[in-house]
Amino acid sequence: MLKKRVIARIDIKNEFVIKGIHLEGLRKVGNPNDMAKFYYDEGIDEIFFMDAVAAYYDRNSLGGIISKATKSVFVPITVGGGIRTINDIRKALASGADKVAINTQAVRTPEIINKAAKIFGSQCIVASVQAKKIAHDKWGAYIDNGREPAGLDVIQWAIKLEQLGAGEIMVTSIDQEGTKKGYDVALCNLLANSVSLPVIASGGAGSPQDISNLCSNSGVDAVAIASILHYNLSSISAIKSKLHSEGFNIRL
Amino acid sequence: MSAPRIAIVDYDLGNVKSMKNALSKVGAHPILTNSRKEILSADALVLPGVGAFSHGMQQLKKHNLIDVIHSFASTNKPFLGVCLGMQMMFDRSNEFGETEGLGLFSGDIKIVGVGPIKQQKLPHVGWNNVCLPDNIKNWKNTIFAEIQGNTDMYFVHSYAAIPLLNTEILATTLYYDHVFCSAIMRGNIYGVQFHPEKSAEPGLLILKSLIDLA
Repeated sequence: MLKKRVIARIDIKNEFVIKGIHLEGLRKVGNPNDMAKFYYDEGIDEIFFMDAVAAYYDRNSLGGIISKATKSVFVPITVGGGIRTINDIRKALASGADKVAINTQAVRTPEIINKAAKIFGSQCIVASVQAKKIAHDKWGAYIDNGREPAGLDVIQWAIKLEQLGAGEIMVTSIDQEGTKKGYDVALCNLLANSVSLPVIASGGAGSPQDISNLCSNSGVDAVAIASILHYNLSSISAIKSKLHSEGFNIRL
Repeated sequence: MSAPRIAIVDYDLGNVKSMKNALSKVGAHPILTNSRKEILSADALVLPGVGAFSHGMQQLKKHNLIDVIHSFASTNKPFLGVCLGMQMMFDRSNEFGETEGLGLFSGDIKIVGVGPIKQQKLPHVGWNNVCLPDNIKNWKNTIFAEIQGNTDMYFVHSYAAIPLLNTEILATTLYYDHVFCSAIMRGNIYGVQFHPEKSAEPGLLILKSLIDLA
């Protein structure tokens, strides 16, 4: 059976791994290549590198880090942040990434998703959606790493992204991100039920229990975790054992 | 003994860098090439690929690679197709209209498990088990020699092979209630639907076995 994936999300600024709260107040926590290799050795299912400030500063600079990572990390690698053109995607893939995640540019010019899916295949286009709760069971999409409202309803936008040809959707709850207080389960559940694409949940995991809560109460296909690993609050094996012992299909 | 030279078919498609790194990691000397001479003189050949079947075949034709691939296949040297590379080894695919493949294996490429199951998500992305099929006793002397049954490998695809000959099936995988062919073999020719270069240590063991056969 297909397994639920546990993905290490590594946010990067100026070649350092950083972590904030609600995507703000960023702190340096380590070296991206060392951390990726460590998580790979510990049994992570995928690595997600995000240039945390690229969209804001209109740049894209993870090529060297990706290139180095692919020499020692033999699980899928996704790169996001500041992907604006077909050429940016080509460069990210050429540096060794398997997938690219696109948020801001998809909001500005949704056709990039369609165009990229046609050229590179849907399997390497992850639509990244940043969501902030605006009312009961209603979330607004944000761009520029959580700074600017996109003026779109998250669920409607995700449905549109599927139609445009995205291969997966990663949803980050800005409200929960960095808080270590658990995922926005209602958001993840509604989103996973609204699209037929694989959904990756991101933002809020502080304990193995948070991850198991999410998996029990939503149909997400993958969970992205950051603080819990970066701050050594738990280990990949502890998280996976817990999920496995609760009956979820997990790669051990 | 010098490192075995493994040619990776270069036809401007997909993430070949990972394959190159993975082959280096297991002690091979990988060469990304579309030169007839380099391909035919290599100790083993890898045909990678992601994306649409028709586009892949077009790219192979554009680089004049069809004939040299057939020539290599008829040697006794190991030849591995990965993901789209495996799919293109078959007769044809109906992805975006019918397209003819390389015809190294008999059978068709069709969407994975079209059936009554509504909750089935496509593409099939993630880690899933490869299982020993009923038609073979064990994986000895194949590229799966070092792999335990039910090992997880990384998949990302929406289409899969339906081989005409069950005897050529090397591994199967269950997706929802649908069993599909996740690896195929005849003599020196292998195809795997998953990505060994992205399947952590078990994937590297498969590539290691490939070069051990070279």
